[in-house]
Amino acid sequence: MSLLSNLLNLNLSDCTEKVIAEYIWVGGSGMDIRSKARTLSGPVSDPSKLPKWNYDGSSTGQAPGEDSEVILYPQAIFKDPFRRGDNILVMCDCYTPAGGPIPTNKRYNAAKIFSHPDVAAEEPWYGIEQEYTLLQKDVKWPIGWPVGGYPGPQGPYYCGIGAEKSFGRDIVDSHYKACLYAGINISGINGEVMPGQWEFQVGPAVGISAADQLWVARYILERITEIAGVVLSFDPKPIQGDWNGAGAHTNYSTKTMRSDGGYEVIKKAIEKLGLRHKEHIAAYGEGNERRLTGRHETADINTFVWGVANRGASIRVGRDTEKNGKGYFEDRRPASNMDPYVVTSMIAETTILWKSN
Amino acid sequence: MSLLSDLINLNLSETTDKIIAEYIWIGGSGMDIRSKARTLPGPVTDPSKLPKWNYDGSSTGQAPGEDSEVILYPQAIFKDPFRRGNNILVMCDCYTPAGEPIPTNKRFNAAKIFSHPNVAAEEPWYGIEQEYTLLQKDVKWPLGWPVGGYPGPQGPYYCAAGADKAFGRDIVNSHYKACLYAGVNISGINGEVMPGQWEFQVGPAVGISAGDELWIARYILERITEIAGVVLSFDPKPIQGDWNGAGAHTNYSTKSMRSDGGYEVIKKAIEKLGKRHKEHIAAYGEGNERRLTGRHETADINTFVWGVANRGASIRVGRETEKNGKGYFEDRRPASNMDPYVVTSMIAETTILWKP
Repeated sequence: MSLLSNLLNLNLSDCTEKVIAEYIWVGGSGMDIRSKARTLSGPVSDPSKLPKWNYDGSSTGQAPGEDSEVILYPQAIFKDPFRRGDNILVMCDCYTPAGGPIPTNKRYNAAKIFSHPDVAAEEPWYGIEQEYTLLQKDVKWPIGWPVGGYPGPQGPYYCGIGAEKSFGRDIVDSHYKACLYAGINISGINGEVMPGQWEFQVGPAVGISAADQLWVARYILERITEIAGVVLSFDPKPIQGDWNGAGAHTNYSTKTMRSDGGYEVIKKAIEKLGLRHKEHIAAYGEGNERRLTGRHETADINTFVWGVANRGASIRVGRDTEKNGKGYFEDRRPASNMDPYVVTSMIAETTILWKSN
Repeated sequence: MSLLSDLINLNLSETTDKIIAEYIWIGGSGMDIRSKARTLPGPVTDPSKLPKWNYDGSSTGQAPGEDSEVILYPQAIFKDPFRRGNNILVMCDCYTPAGEPIPTNKRFNAAKIFSHPNVAAEEPWYGIEQEYTLLQKDVKWPLGWPVGGYPGPQGPYYCAAGADKAFGRDIVNSHYKACLYAGVNISGINGEVMPGQWEFQVGPAVGISAGDELWIARYILERITEIAGVVLSFDPKPIQGDWNGAGAHTNYSTKSMRSDGGYEVIKKAIEKLGKRHKEHIAAYGEGNERRLTGRHETADINTFVWGVANRGASIRVGRETEKNGKGYFEDRRPASNMDPYVVTSMIAETTILWKP
């Protein structure tokens, strides 16, 4: 297909000022990412300068057929790694024509929480460890796994290399570079314990941008698996049995946690999270009960326990943080299919705004 | 998949100063290589400027679940032949949070030996001949061999060319260039006696860097076989019967051996090695008894014998060295799955520090 790739890779800056903007939004299930593209008259780097747009919400379960327009408000711009040049990806959220957020718009509420003066003053940082599983197309069985059977047990695959231990690295490595190119703060990648499962991390990112970046990183990943002919799964427990699940551990700190004496602030914050365990769990992803069993490096879904360097805990504090008396902590409860707008804002809300009576 | 390779080959230097560093370490079995990557704000060339990191040791058999952090100390930097640009590979070793080397960390002790003043003064050089076998995925039978059967007997394959005699050359040649690109001192390659088996050599390298470079060369090789869809084996005797095993012959010299009169120093060193034969053999790789049989260009595992130009010896001295009265010698005992930190430091320790 050499002629097709010649066309795909055309550098339009040679012949026109026009740019292509891919508008991205979250669909009616809360996990389906949608996008469509439009031409703009010239390069744009400020989201507020981009035009609002709209789409057919009746085709994504977000509006009735007789009143189907959903309005897209551009919120964040990233460079497009697929079209390159001056072309962009635009993360949007969704509103009714009257200007109210539609029910599936979780960004709106998160933005309110992050702009609360008490929260903004604390500069909440997030680092999200997104795990995911790659599945063979059509059979929906993990890549590298024999169809109709299983690979050897977990052990050799975590950070492993070799044709019999690592499956899908070209997807992972192209995603890493594509995200760096796009301007996403991707901080690392690693092969996971279950074969065919991988992880990337986004962060540290402040406030609402953590979730914007994670959603665009997810979008880029699914565009890449589409090219590779592989299916992307964010299911928290894709295979039953002695196989790890997939999570989205969320690392968190505030200004006071990062300052001297921060360890005490961390402990108080963890206490508050413990008092709202059920509320958080309810918002941490569908199907998480299949994953949080107390085995496979998780804590049981009904139990709240925290510990230093303890991977079987709900919340883990790193040894460095304990030693330095300040730092951050890791909420290990969120599932891989969590909505980062919900999780990041809820952690900020509980630890900064909520008062335990 | 032309678009996927466009992304993998993106030259990020055009859009960001950030670089990707792949941290590499040895896992719990002593032969499994592990790695993960992180983003750094700009290029780094000095390992001491790289941040320490950590990983989940409970997933590699190196720590319990309730206290799972193992700390990675960066020790050597190489250019990343896969990501290119300013991206790097970082060879690391492993410590507890308290700062102690974990039991599988063989580099720590080797570094101590190599920094002993008597050893450092002798500038020990190493040239390691790493043999390995390529296996077909899923069936785990050597590359080029008919599944369910055997190729013709050994004879035509050593250093050969041709579709019926050389299997996997694209892996070997890409590995050669990738290592040179990375800054590994790879000195050569050749096809081996058993079909599907190859060899590359790393060296001459001084002291601890021989171990660092060999491990990185092994890492690059397994990343390449991963791309090729072929399984890499360092088993010392992959196929029973009239088929060669795989070794890691270790060539060695010190400053005195390389100087005039060095041949006498070499003979004394070999004598000392002979007195510690059992101890060395115990550290020269698991399963070596299946390989060191006295046949197939090896010496029997229980026998210590040395000789000039003798490939059936435990230690072989080259004719040039004998003629010049100085040079180096070859310890042919180590298996392909040996740990180079252990072998190189042990040879230095026995020949320079140990008093019989």
